[in-house]
Amino acid sequence: MKPTYTIAVTGLNNTDNPGPGVPVIRGLREAKSFDVRIIGLVYENLEPGIYMENVADKIYQIPYPSSGSDVFIQRIKHIHSKENIDVIIPNFDAELFTFMKSELVLKEMGIKTFLPTIKQFEERHKSELPEFGKKYGVDIPFSKNMTNLSDIKSLQHEFNYPVLVKGKFYDAYLAYTPEQAIEFFNKISSKWGVPVIIQEFIKGTEVNVIALGDGKGNTIGAVPMRKQYITDKGKAWGGITLGDQNLMKITKDLIQKTKWKGGMELEFIKTQENKYYIIEINPRIPAWVYLAVGAGQNLPEALVKLALGEDVEPFKTYDVGKMFVRYSQDIIADISVFEKLSMTGEL
Amino acid sequence: MKIRNNIAVSETGFVFDPNSGDSFTLNETGKQILTMLSEGKTEVEIKKYFIENFDVDTTTFENNFSEFLMMLQSLNLIEE
Repeated sequence: MKPTYTIAVTGLNNTDNPGPGVPVIRGLREAKSFDVRIIGLVYENLEPGIYMENVADKIYQIPYPSSGSDVFIQRIKHIHSKENIDVIIPNFDAELFTFMKSELVLKEMGIKTFLPTIKQFEERHKSELPEFGKKYGVDIPFSKNMTNLSDIKSLQHEFNYPVLVKGKFYDAYLAYTPEQAIEFFNKISSKWGVPVIIQEFIKGTEVNVIALGDGKGNTIGAVPMRKQYITDKGKAWGGITLGDQNLMKITKDLIQKTKWKGGMELEFIKTQENKYYIIEINPRIPAWVYLAVGAGQNLPEALVKLALGEDVEPFKTYDVGKMFVRYSQDIIADISVFEKLSMTGEL
Repeated sequence: MKIRNNIAVSETGFVFDPNSGDSFTLNETGKQILTMLSEGKTEVEIKKYFIENFDVDTTTFENNFSEFLMMLQSLNLIEE
């Protein structure tokens, strides 16, 4: 007899810039060791996962992290009193800090999480990546943090154009001239604030790894993937699992050195000379997680077991050459569903 | 010359490189060359087979063959 766990999941925004919530839930529903009751936690009442069939059993709106952690905790308490949540899996970068900060409070309430530590979260920020690279012995493209426009003028002494201009949380543009760099600096800083990161442009192929660390230095699972079809937002619309052992070694070494806890996505550029540069580390499960499930590693299931304090055997293999292709579809919903969520905050 | 260890060549002529995720399609001639390379045949043996069995002169075959091998090398599909 399998146990049934109540698992709350965020990130049901299955749009062209998808959150990982829906694929995480698909993985959980296919778990072999337990059954699930899924509580969808949503910020917006048009997140597609709300309206999709067989995704969430119950939906609750939650306040944005910017509302403050007290308001957030009060809402979670209220939901927990009705649903008795076993585990929460947050899936947005912007909410992770709030969840990490509230980890103990949630634990006292009886809700488990399996998240990176605040130190792990902070040191892999885009603006901190060069230091991270030095500390853990991984290659990172040369980059500098810019806080004001005048810094751009000095770039030509240290960088060759083109350069990547990146926001501290999201957005990245390739600038071929100082004028373009200024334009992108203004665009990004007005949206995400400073610093804006200027990064050396490394020519090569982008390859990514999804991984799960147990917090003790062990890699519970890892699957490398190459995007085959990329949207104008740079998101994978199709991808394929790779058998690249170098990527696996770098990932396992990094998890061992950092003792990474939780899901993560490593984004690399692989050059013609077979050098691997880490360009970004996302401290959560990525939206293409269902490819890993399809390739034989149900990482959402393993994450829940880790959160519940169970011993989890590391995955030893995965299928190479498994592909995913996304699609879009219109769901027909009645206004009464939208109305109920808008008026009561739950569904 | 030999095909890199983990390169998969199907009977239809579909080639998949699991390291890079790249895939390619081959025509009959390309497929035959890759099959022979995977069987461990030398370049001399492959050349002899094609000249004896197909209506092609030595110079034309050698030019096309070396161009094809260069392409396979640049795609990282074969190694010395």
